[in-house]
Amino acid sequence: MTLNMGPQHPSTHGVLRVALELDGETVVRCQPIIGYLHTGMEKQAEYKTYTQSIPQTDRMDYLSPLSNNLALCLAAEKLLGIEPPPRVQAIRVLLTELTRISSHCVWLGTHAIDIGAMTVFWYCFREREKVLSIYDQVCGARMTASYFRVGGLASDIPAGLLDRCQKFVDEMPAHVDEYEKLLTRNPIWLARTKDVAPLSARYAVALGASGPVLRGSGVSWDLRKAQPYSGYEQYQFDVPVGTVGDAYDRYQVRVQEMRQSTRIANQAIAKVREYGESGDYRLRDYKYVLPPKEEVKTSMEALIHHFKIVAHGFFPPKGEAYQAVEAPKGELGFYFISDGTPRPWRMKVRSPSFVNLQTLPTMVEGRLVADVIAAIGSIDIVLGEVDR
Amino acid sequence: MSATLAGTAPLTAERVAERLREKFPGAAVRPVTGEAMRDVGIEVSADRLVEIATFLRDEREFEFAFLSWIAGVDWLPAEPRFEVVYGLLSLAHNARLNLRVRVPEENPRLPSVVAVWPTANWHERETYDFYGIEFTGHPDLRRILLPEDWVGWPLRKDSPLGYEEVAFTHNTPGRRLPSPDLTRLKPKKVTYRAQ
Repeated sequence: MTLNMGPQHPSTHGVLRVALELDGETVVRCQPIIGYLHTGMEKQAEYKTYTQSIPQTDRMDYLSPLSNNLALCLAAEKLLGIEPPPRVQAIRVLLTELTRISSHCVWLGTHAIDIGAMTVFWYCFREREKVLSIYDQVCGARMTASYFRVGGLASDIPAGLLDRCQKFVDEMPAHVDEYEKLLTRNPIWLARTKDVAPLSARYAVALGASGPVLRGSGVSWDLRKAQPYSGYEQYQFDVPVGTVGDAYDRYQVRVQEMRQSTRIANQAIAKVREYGESGDYRLRDYKYVLPPKEEVKTSMEALIHHFKIVAHGFFPPKGEAYQAVEAPKGELGFYFISDGTPRPWRMKVRSPSFVNLQTLPTMVEGRLVADVIAAIGSIDIVLGEVDR
Repeated sequence: MSATLAGTAPLTAERVAERLREKFPGAAVRPVTGEAMRDVGIEVSADRLVEIATFLRDEREFEFAFLSWIAGVDWLPAEPRFEVVYGLLSLAHNARLNLRVRVPEENPRLPSVVAVWPTANWHERETYDFYGIEFTGHPDLRRILLPEDWVGWPLRKDSPLGYEEVAFTHNTPGRRLPSPDLTRLKPKKVTYRAQ
């Protein structure tokens, strides 16, 4: 029998369609069908300046907009050969780690609700709400943040933000304990995730899986450690890994990651305080970065730079750069080819959800149809990013 | 970003090229360098692609077991028109390498690397979907993100964005001065390429 699951099905986390060939309750063949959210972002980017593409990235993995912003900005910065001030890097680390926590909260809530645990969902969304209101305070948007810019930030962080982040970070470990109390040793949860949707390390690498899916299979690979960016080499944190690569291992990896993220965020807050609650939030290289508004009003030079960047965008050198970050879902990379004009000749997005989703058939073929829902939940996909 | 191989010098395009020339005498191998080429890149010819890919994956010195991404590029009006870039990652040596292949406009096709890196399956389908480059030997070459009945290859440079650009003086050929007769301004017509 062929069963069509989705694209309108709550457990497919958006508009994923899966064609399942069944023999009784056993999945013989599983074929994900994607593209329902395709909006041609890579094509559109060729008609926009680098800065104009930043709001697009919010709409890829809309659960972690700032990680997407960061990946694009770092790739453009690598192409330009510039590096933002250390204060900016610390703020970026702080906000992207909060993003990771909120993204994992949504994953845990929806994954649990798929398998039948209702309560976790409300707990997780309670914490996610706090991160969203932090975004709100930072940039005025709850989901489509677009806060990072090439060479810095859109504006400085508002006063009192660090105290608020500190309060959240202090409270978070207790909340993670709450989630764990509900799930980690819960017999129903164990029955639905242990030995379900396993992925061996060999297959995970061959299929290009990254992020918690790869680490759940026991491969200790985290770009924040292996190829540090934004000063991650200065932070103390551990990389949690699983052993057998089943849905439970991926659950463990992500829950431990939430704890590690609070650790990193804690250190980042201290770092930002060291550099000052207000200070430089952009590189002072006006060929690529907007000069401060006060200078634009007083200096002719600054006005010219402002006008040039707003009217044309900056002119990167002719060349190419690929830069990846460890996003909550895995390796998120941007590949820019520049022909020397303010618009990229090509922007390629290496989206982790797209690649991780490819492991679904390996996880579920030969297993029961009920496990498909647990498998999709445990991969943690966002269809906006799969389809771009 | 540090790209070092265990205990040896950093991975450079020249070194990879040298090793490949040793292993595959007669194969066209060219390191791709430039002032703002921020990654290690190497260009090879399409006919030896699968052998070279297998070598890069298995050789102890490289171990590029992880294919991170595949990107098609349309270099219109240059010849050969297309290029496919394979973003390789070596987990063992913490290094990245961009393997590049040029593809001509006439009958664009490349041997598939799905047998080398199974993850290439969806990446090659995406490249086919966007550029119309065929991957011979691919187990299931169909469109992946666009609808099955879509006509044309949207990421080719001669494919329009989806709407006609508004005609301004600066983007309309032959118009350098503002004209009061705006009805005579015609936006540049771009035609779809038939499938």
